[in-house]
Amino acid sequence: MTVEYLSTIDGMTPIVLCEPEREINGVYIGDLLSWVMGNATSGDAWITIMSNINILAVASLSDVSCIILAEGVTLEEDIVNTAKEKGINIISSELSTFETAVLLSHFL
Amino acid sequence: MSEILNFHFDVDGDDFTSAGKASVNVKKNLRQLGLPPEIIRRVSIAMYEGEINMVIHAGGGTADVNVTEEYVEILLSDKGPGIKDVDLAMQEGFSTATDNIRSLGFGAGMGLPNMKRYSDYMDIKSKVGEGTDIIMRVNII
Repeated sequence: MTVEYLSTIDGMTPIVLCEPEREINGVYIGDLLSWVMGNATSGDAWITIMSNINILAVASLSDVSCIILAEGVTLEEDIVNTAKEKGINIISSELSTFETAVLLSHFL
Repeated sequence: MSEILNFHFDVDGDDFTSAGKASVNVKKNLRQLGLPPEIIRRVSIAMYEGEINMVIHAGGGTADVNVTEEYVEILLSDKGPGIKDVDLAMQEGFSTATDNIRSLGFGAGMGLPNMKRYSDYMDIKSKVGEGTDIIMRVNII
């Protein structure tokens, strides 16, 4: 499934789609950034409720396919702008972290 | 073996929001050199963890990256408080970060273990009251 396809599913809203064709190969869930960098694999969709600017560097360095902000978490405008500059896909999910993961499991 | 490239960065100790600039920059440069994606990932994550540590604990420092034909070497240096017990600090989950830092998603006690995990060679020299110097190498071949 591509990031763009995921963003069209009910409950998902695209925030930044710089690389819409990027394939989602797996899922990693976590809010502790070092834990994410230690365990997420390239191409994973990363589900988190963290919304500070540091998630962008973590996503970029871990090479995840997208950040999914679960539980309806939103981003400040300057973070959205930075994500656009850095080319990081971000989707907002109004579902809980668990529900978001269950939804993704149907497509993987 | 001759050094083919090196990059130098000053890591700002006050600025949490720009932490990671050096690592992202190195990632970009290594990509232009055509290194394998997994090598780039390991180098840039190891370096980011080091950068974050210098911002959290040491008030900043310097990062130097040398790319040779055999490995990518990261040299981190700071004049911070030093690490009292390096073996303890290397343990997963051990952290001296404040609640404020933890609320940002850092301070999980995984920084140094990740640096070790993603490098092929790592050496820490630290003196309390003087600072910390770290060498990490990620083999290319």
